[in-house]
Amino acid sequence: MTQSLSHWLLDEAPGSRRQAVLGSLYRGLLAILSNPPGLAGLVIVTVLVLIAIFAPLLDRGISPIAQDLGNRLAQPSAAHWFGTDELGRDIYSRTLYGSRVTLTIVALVSVLVAPIGLAVGTLAGYLGGWVDIVLMRITDVFLAFPRLVLALAFAAALGPGIENAVIAISLTAWPPYARIARAETITIARSDFIQAVVLQGASTWRILLRHIVPLCLSSVIVRLTLDMAGIILTAAGLGFLGLGAQPPTAEWGAMVSAGRDVILDQWWVSTIPGVAIFLVSLGFNLLGDGLRDVFDPKETS
Amino acid sequence: MGSGMAGRIFRQLLSFAVTLIMTFIGLTAVTFLIGRLTRIDPVLAVVGDKASKQVYDQTFHAMGLDKPLIVQYALYVKRLISGDFGISVLTSQPVLSDLLRVFPATFELATLAIIIGVAAGIPAGVLAGARKGRWADHVVRVVGLFGYSVPVFWLGLVGLFVFYGKLGWVSGTGRLDVFYEDIVTPRTGIILIDSAIDGDWDIFRNAFSHLILPAAILGFFSLAYIARMTRSFMITQLSQEYVTTARVKGRSYWGAVWRHAFPNIMVPLITVIGLSYASLLEGAVLTETVFAWPGLGLYITRALFNGDMNAVLGGTILVGAVFIGVNLVSDLLYRVFDPRLRGA
Repeated sequence: MTQSLSHWLLDEAPGSRRQAVLGSLYRGLLAILSNPPGLAGLVIVTVLVLIAIFAPLLDRGISPIAQDLGNRLAQPSAAHWFGTDELGRDIYSRTLYGSRVTLTIVALVSVLVAPIGLAVGTLAGYLGGWVDIVLMRITDVFLAFPRLVLALAFAAALGPGIENAVIAISLTAWPPYARIARAETITIARSDFIQAVVLQGASTWRILLRHIVPLCLSSVIVRLTLDMAGIILTAAGLGFLGLGAQPPTAEWGAMVSAGRDVILDQWWVSTIPGVAIFLVSLGFNLLGDGLRDVFDPKETS
Repeated sequence: MGSGMAGRIFRQLLSFAVTLIMTFIGLTAVTFLIGRLTRIDPVLAVVGDKASKQVYDQTFHAMGLDKPLIVQYALYVKRLISGDFGISVLTSQPVLSDLLRVFPATFELATLAIIIGVAAGIPAGVLAGARKGRWADHVVRVVGLFGYSVPVFWLGLVGLFVFYGKLGWVSGTGRLDVFYEDIVTPRTGIILIDSAIDGDWDIFRNAFSHLILPAAILGFFSLAYIARMTRSFMITQLSQEYVTTARVKGRSYWGAVWRHAFPNIMVPLITVIGLSYASLLEGAVLTETVFAWPGLGLYITRALFNGDMNAVLGGTILVGAVFIGVNLVSDLLYRVFDPRLRGA
C-alpha cells in the first residue's frame, strides 16, 4: 500500500493536476529529509508548532499568568522546572505559551509581507515601463531603511502591542520579496506559455494571478523561511524594549527584559526565554538553508 | 575617450544624486507620516492639557496643522534642512544638539565593533572558503548560524553575567566608572581618543574595559555576516580557471588564495562591510539598552517611553541618514573599484 502510494506520487507522468502537485510536494519533502540541517530545522519548527498548539496540555496545570509573590525568583526545581520570575510566575509555563505569540507574529507578518511583495514585484516585472521604474524606486527607498529603528518609531507612534509590532515589521520587511517576484516575473513573462495565454485573450489580471504568481511562490516561500529568523529576532527586540505583546501576556523578548535586573543573581529568568528565541530562529535558519539547497541549487556553494 | 570617461562619471554622479534625493524624500515622508500617526496630540505636547480652547486653536493654527498634508510636509522638510528637529520634551534641548551629543558614543561602539568583525571575519571566511568541507569550514558555518540566530540583547546579558559578574574581566554597564565621569574634556566625544589626547591612561584603560564587551558582542554579529559572505566569494573565485593556471605555473595553494583570488573578492567585500557597518549602528539600539551605553539607541528608547516624538523621529532620521549614506557610499566605491561596472 505505502509502496504503491509513493509510486503514485513519484509517477513521471501524472494523470491529474492533483497528482502532479502532491507528487512535487512529496519530492520536496523527500529532498528535505535527506538534507540533515534542513531536517533538523524542520524538526525544531514542527516541535514549536506542536508546543504552541498543545501548550494547555503541557503546562502541568500551572497558568502562565498566575502570580505567587511568596515564591518569586525561585530556582529551577521539581515544582517549577525553569524556576519563577519576579512575580512568582512559572517560567516553564510562560515559555510554552510564549511560542504562541512568536508563531502569531511570524504567521501574520508572512501573510502581510508575501502578498505586498508579490503584488508590487509581479506588477513591476510584467507591466514594465514607468510602472516598473516607479515601483522599484519605491522598493529601493524602503530597502534602504533601517529596519529595527523604523519599526521602533512605528510601534512608538501606533502604541505598543502585537498588532502594531506586526504592522511595523511588515512595513519594513516587504521590499526583498518585491525584488524577487520582479526578477522571477521578468523571466516567466518571456516564456512561450505566457505568449500562448495572451493569444487566447486572457486579461492581464488573469495572467498575473493564475500564471505568474503561482510560479513566483516557491522562491518567495524559501526567502520567507530564511527571513523568519530575522523577523523573530526583530519581534523579540521590540518585545525586549516593551513594544511587543503587553503584560501579562508571556512574550519571550519581554521575559528576557524582565530578568535583566537580576541577571547576576537569578540567571535563569533571562536565560531560558533567550534560549527559546535562539532555538526557534536557529530552526528557521536551518530549514531555510535546507529549502534553498533543495529548491534553488544555483545558490548553493 | 577623455570626454566619454567624464560623461560616464557625470552620469554616475547624477544617478547617485537622484537616488540620494529620492531616498531622503522617502525617509522624511515616512517619519512625517509617523509623526501624524502618533496618538500624542502635537498641540497638547506644546501647550499642556490645561490650556484654554482659544490658546489651543491659536497654537493649532500657528503650527500649520490646519494646512493640507502636502504643505505641512513641505514645511517639515524645510525645517529639517535648516537643522530644526524640534525641541526634546525630555531634555528641553533642541533635538539636533542632543543627537550630536550622543552620537559619538554610538560611533565609538560601532567602529570598534566593525574593526573586530573585519579583522576576524575576513581571515575566517577566507580560511573556510579555501578549506571548503574541512573542519575550519564547519566551524565558520556553525559560528555563522549562531550569529544569525541569537538575539543580540540576550547575548549582551549573558556576556555581562559571565565576563563581568562571574569572571570580572571587564567593567559593567555605562561608558566609564562613576568617579571618572565628566573628567575628560569632550573634544571629539570619543572617550578613547579624548583621554589619549589628555594622556590620561587610567581613564583610557577604564573606558576600554567598559567598551570591549559591547563592542565584541556587536562585532560578533558582523563577524558572522562578513565571514559567511567572504567564504562564498572565495569559493566562487577559487573555482575560476585563472586559479588553476596559477597553480599549474607553480604557485603554492595559499599563494594562489591570497595573491590571486583574494584581490578579486576585495571589491564585493567593500559592499558587505558597508552594509554590516550600517546595520551595526542599528543593532547598537538594543545593545546600548542592555549596557546602559549613553548613545543614540539609548536616547531613542528613552525618548520613546516618555512620548518624546520629536526626539524619536529625529533619532530615526539620523540613523536612517547614516544607514542610507553608508549604503550609497559603498555602492559608489563598488562602482569606482570594479572595472566591469564602469560602463554601466
